Amino acid sequence: MSTTLGTTSAVAINDVSVRFRSKRAETTAIEQVSLDVAPGEFVSIVGPSGCGKSTLLKLVSGLLRPSSGSVTLLGEQVRGPRHDIGFVFQRAALLEWRSARRNILLQAEMRGMSSAEAGRRADELIEMTGLTGFENALPHELSGGMQQRVALCRALLHQPRVLLMDEPFGALDALTREQMNVELHRVWRETGTTVLLVTHSIAESVYLANRVIVLTQRPALVKEVIDVELPGERDYSATMARPEFAAATARIRDLLGAVTGHD
Amino acid sequence: MKPVSGDRWRGVAERSWRPAALLAACLVIWHLITVTGLVEAYLVPSPARTFDLLVDKWSYLWGHTWVTTYETILGFVIAGVLGVLVAVAMVYSRTVESTAYPILLFAQVIPKIAIAPLFVVWLGFGFEPKVIVAVLMAFFPVVISTVTGLKSVDAEMLELAATMGGGPVKTFVKIRFPAALPHLFAGLKVAVTLAVTGAVVGEFVGSNEGLGYVILQANGNMDTPMLFAGLIVISVVGILLFLLLDLAEQLMLPWHSSRRGAAVTTLLAKGGT
Ligand SMILES: Nc1ncnc2c1ncn2[C@@H]1O[C@H](COP(=O)(O)OP(=O)(O)OP(=O)(O)O)[C@@H](O)[C@H]1O
Ligand SMILES: [Mg+2]
Repeated sequence: MSTTLGTTSAVAINDVSVRFRSKRAETTAIEQVSLDVAPGEFVSIVGPSGCGKSTLLKLVSGLLRPSSGSVTLLGEQVRGPRHDIGFVFQRAALLEWRSARRNILLQAEMRGMSSAEAGRRADELIEMTGLTGFENALPHELSGGMQQRVALCRALLHQPRVLLMDEPFGALDALTREQMNVELHRVWRETGTTVLLVTHSIAESVYLANRVIVLTQRPALVKEVIDVELPGERDYSATMARPEFAAATARIRDLLGAVTGHD
Repeated sequence: MKPVSGDRWRGVAERSWRPAALLAACLVIWHLITVTGLVEAYLVPSPARTFDLLVDKWSYLWGHTWVTTYETILGFVIAGVLGVLVAVAMVYSRTVESTAYPILLFAQVIPKIAIAPLFVVWLGFGFEPKVIVAVLMAFFPVVISTVTGLKSVDAEMLELAATMGGGPVKTFVKIRFPAALPHLFAGLKVAVTLAVTGAVVGEFVGSNEGLGYVILQANGNMDTPMLFAGLIVISVVGILLFLLLDLAEQLMLPWHSSRRGAAVTTLLAKGGT
């Protein structure tokens, strides 16, 4: 694993370990993981359930401190919650009393961004993610996919240079999920944001990413890094049909099968 | 937007007819008990006599109703403000929480009627002791419901707020407090009915005005119609204050009540299937 602390990395995880201490036991969630993500790169992270993927994203965002090792984000060591990122969780986590648009604008209000500019940017994102017509709907009036789009817009409002996504489409049906993948791919192509995506879907991880990081069973170690040899601009069905896609997904399935012992 | 479902007023009527029918049945039974002479008239007056008296002595009752309502509202507002402040302090400080909880619990379990005379001794026969008893009655549900509400906030939402960098004040104003409002309103509705009881208990102990005084006087004079009239007025005051809060909740939290169901449900749904 490369542990070089290049100033060129958007995210640099250096020899990080995380141990949780509870009354009953001490669990090591992450063991000496190192990872470099280049600016503008899309990296997917896959691994067995409970191996420490969410923990890894929380480390990068500064919501969690490592027990040892260090994390550098955009050239600056992470010491507490970082504000220069966008975060999307598995559940949309929307404020139920705010409309879709005002949920997106929460990001701006918390940051004290100028409201005129934030409004313009929100409208742009609403259009880009196909939420037009639902700006004033309350979360419980939106479908799961729409709620997740609102969460994505909220994470992108302040044009973060790094976007962290923790199983953002896990609760969606297969078809909506494919649509969201296509949308996310386009958003990523348009914004040039660095993305770290945790997912359980092997197809999703390959379709979207430049690289796929496969983690082992807890404590998480980097088992293998798969370079995805696909073109930058990816049409969904054409990509699915490519031999490189098939090879990469087969390899990941193999690795995950091997680490979970189901093979 | 709600799924389209008929006329709103028809919905209210559908929900109201059961409790209304029950109320009518109670009145009929009350009437029958008195006309058949099952119970002596001086023990239980007939509904007709009671309502006659309500009309005849309205100006007398009205003055006392106003006194009790004033004490109730004052006590309720003080309890509401104090309760929310204490709850916020408890949620944000472990030390405050562990220090305040036993005292709160003690203040709650001590019978108010047993300490009410003490306030009369200290503060005299004015409205102050009644307000204090009302506050003591109403305070606890406000604190408990607000603490529950503030703690019910989604942990991920708070993590998200941390990445947005708004600081604790903005996080409280924009996320935590609004999220606690449904719980807070539930507590306030319980509190307002308890505040009525508190004010009346305060009046029982030492007073020369208010509905508690009216009932005590009527009791002393064996004036059961007046006693019943006083009871009815007290209930009406309590119910109206409760409905007022229910309405405030619907206006302030349309996002919440639209899912809970419309108009006066909390009170009337109990009569439904
Ligand atoms: N706050 C915590 N306290 C104690 N243990 C924790 C805590 N958070 C996570 N863990 C443990 O760390 C391990 C990794 O958790 P994490 O949530 O990162 O897994 P994950 O890979 O995201 O799993 P999933 O795919 O199911 O979401 C788990 O075994 C979990 O029990
Ligand atoms: Mg997880």
